[in-house]
Amino acid sequence: MNFEFTEEQGMLRDSVARFVQDSYDFDTRRKIAASDEGMSRENWQTFAELGWLSVPFAESHGGFGGGPVDTLVMMEEFGKGIVLEPYLATVLLFGGLLQRGGSVEQQAELIPRIIEGSCLGAFAYLERQSRHVITDIKTTAAVQGDQLVLNGEKVVVFNGASADQLIVAARSSGEQSDEDGITLVLVPADAAGVERTAYRMMDGQVVANITFNDVRVPVSDIVGEAGEGCAVMSPVITRANVALAAEALGIMGQLNAKTLEYTKTRKQFDVPIGSFQALQHRMVDTFMAYEQVKSLLYRAVCELDGEGDDAAACVHALKVLVDRNGKKIFGEAIQLHGGMGITDELDIGHYAKRLMMINTTFGNGDYHQAKFNELRYSA
Amino acid sequence: MDTSFAPEDLAFRDEVRAFFAEAYDSELQARLNNLETFKEAVIDWQKRLYRKGWIAPGWPKEYGGTGWNATQKFIYETERSAAGIRDVIPFGLNMVGPVIYAFGNEEQKARFLPGILQSDDWWCQGYSEPGAGSDLASLKTRAVREGDEYVVTGAKIWTSYAQYADWIFCLVRTSNEGKKQNGISFLLIDMKSPGIKVNPIVSIDNHHSLNEVEFNEVRVPVANLIGEQDKGWTYAKALLAHERTAIAGVADSKRSLAETRAFAEREVNGGKSLLSDPLFQKRLSDIEIELMALEFTELRVLATVAAGGAPGAESSMLKIKGTEMQQAVQELRMEVAAYYQGVLPNDLTPEQLGHGFGSQARQTYMYGRASTIYGGSNEVQKNIIAKAVLGL
Ligand SMILES: Cc1cc2nc3c(=O)[nH]c(=O)nc-3n(C[C@H](O)[C@H](O)[C@H](O)COP(=O)(O)OP(=O)(O)OC[C@H]3O[C@@H](n4cnc5c(N)ncnc54)[C@H](O)[C@@H]3O)c2cc1C
Repeated sequence: MNFEFTEEQGMLRDSVARFVQDSYDFDTRRKIAASDEGMSRENWQTFAELGWLSVPFAESHGGFGGGPVDTLVMMEEFGKGIVLEPYLATVLLFGGLLQRGGSVEQQAELIPRIIEGSCLGAFAYLERQSRHVITDIKTTAAVQGDQLVLNGEKVVVFNGASADQLIVAARSSGEQSDEDGITLVLVPADAAGVERTAYRMMDGQVVANITFNDVRVPVSDIVGEAGEGCAVMSPVITRANVALAAEALGIMGQLNAKTLEYTKTRKQFDVPIGSFQALQHRMVDTFMAYEQVKSLLYRAVCELDGEGDDAAACVHALKVLVDRNGKKIFGEAIQLHGGMGITDELDIGHYAKRLMMINTTFGNGDYHQAKFNELRYSA
Repeated sequence: MDTSFAPEDLAFRDEVRAFFAEAYDSELQARLNNLETFKEAVIDWQKRLYRKGWIAPGWPKEYGGTGWNATQKFIYETERSAAGIRDVIPFGLNMVGPVIYAFGNEEQKARFLPGILQSDDWWCQGYSEPGAGSDLASLKTRAVREGDEYVVTGAKIWTSYAQYADWIFCLVRTSNEGKKQNGISFLLIDMKSPGIKVNPIVSIDNHHSLNEVEFNEVRVPVANLIGEQDKGWTYAKALLAHERTAIAGVADSKRSLAETRAFAEREVNGGKSLLSDPLFQKRLSDIEIELMALEFTELRVLATVAAGGAPGAESSMLKIKGTEMQQAVQELRMEVAAYYQGVLPNDLTPEQLGHGFGSQARQTYMYGRASTIYGGSNEVQKNIIAKAVLGL
């Protein structure tokens, strides 16, 4: 039994932690969030130089060959700084799909470019009606000779406005919500017929709605097998969910630490408000809520790393607990800061908003609880 | 025990409904929803209520109240919420007005009450300070008497709508002798006075309603002192119970829950509406059940008040439960909006965006975090109940 990180993982974590500490203070982040792209390309280059963009990729493509634990340590630190740069969208989703389902040519062309920081990617999977069911897809991909023709619309595409390349989940056969018949297609963001509408979310990131109007790409740009996209995206999303939980853990830790600090210094009735037992018990609750998330996260990562049978249930459970405990933690953080907690100026609200966005990504708590129930209790 | 409405109550309800249907028109609603026109639209609406004679249901008839009984007040509130109409801006009508008619002199009543009733004066509340929130009595903004003026120096914070205000009612320190509650006075200050500076505070919902108000040797005529010097705490306390009862907003929560339910019914995916999802149903009914009870808790408090009693510690309970329920509804609506809850205001139409209510849900939810903090935080309310009701 061992819950320690390896030396390499420790170094990776320290390297991200140092960057957040030195170059990502709250004011800097605020400026980046207010910029047109809602992220900094300069930082992205730094990520490349520090080798972070290579972490999950196979060594044969110039990657670091890292596993879920390596992703975990990085994402937790990103969470502490509410880092805006599109690591999830470009490396874990776009890169993850290529790594898992891409052809040798696709991988050889794109993965090195991701690693060197010259290709930003996005995974266009959501549609207006999909909510948490990602197989609910109306965008069509039809074969015409050696071409694929895409029509439809994707919404809330993370990094969608800045990405150079997209992987689009489209329907090539089957009914609207079927798992079968989904085809993943690589589409250059500047292809004819692609139109992007950018807008900003509460966590600072800029997303896009993207319409596809008779967009034509060669069939060789399919990622994985035609109609079998679900098999490629499911494991990538499962891993992304764990990565997001790690980011959430970093956020929760910050919220708890900052709140604790505040209650030790803020005085009312001539004493620090942290001396009130009514508040102490609630901070004990949020402390425990944090520890529980951490435990379940480690459990999920161990299952994933060892390809355990219980990985799916673990990840559903993790999403449920992140949602529930996250709400509890940011709710208490705001409440215990009193009026200060309601200001835009304080970082507390910004941590809260990122947690809220994480909870709506790849299924909210209720969605995952229903999935968990199905796995565990259906006859 | 009987809560059914008499025929005259039903007639009253129809009258209220008819008035709202006509007076709260869509043109006005559009102006209320636009930040640029918000202030003048609020004034316009409140003037319509004034002309109808319904602007101050809580006031005694002699000062411009409606003379309604508890049932009528309940009906009015319910219909207002059901019509989706915001409550009046409370600072003048629900806060300083009652203090002035209860504790002000005749001259003050004549000078200030008409402007409040007719919404010609916009008031704001200058109680909280950076160092005095829950512990309000520790406030430090001081007023020193010089001849027939007070000279006021200090800072107030979280002052809602100070940027619109013509007047601010303030608690200021006039003495450091004895208990800290004893040296506080209640002053009415013209916001145009030299030495006042208003600094905006952007809140977590990305809007600007909060402010910091600085006072730098602001000269205030002694004629603007309410009641006696050093007795302001007594006047302010009398008002707090009213404020809390008003914050509960049960009728508004009911309406909001019904709307949320309708939104959920329209969210269809995987061939099923969200409303048919058992987990969602549980969330919905958890809230509805609490609200069913809370509605009657509110009626019980109203009945006590109508019978001549004062809303005491019950108002704390209404405030706690009421705000918890508001937040629960706001949160549920966010769940219905799913990822669209994150959308910040932009120039896109709902058609372009693909969604209608996400951004509004977020704004209400984020600002809604404040309801358990202002008006005496819910923790402080629990302390009051523990002490005053449970004798702990
Ligand atoms: C949106 C908004 C609008 C407002 N509008 C106005 C306005 O117009 N005018 C005005 O004067 N004020 C206004 N306020 C201020 C409001 O009244 C104060 O925020 C409130 O009194 C709490 O004070 P505080 O913010 O200093 O928090 P603090 O008093 O510092 O409290 C911090 C935390 O400690 C808890 N706490 C404090 N004491 C105790 C205790 N004894 N036991 C247990 N827990 C305790 C609180 O509940 C809170 O969770 C507004 C506030 C907000 C958020």
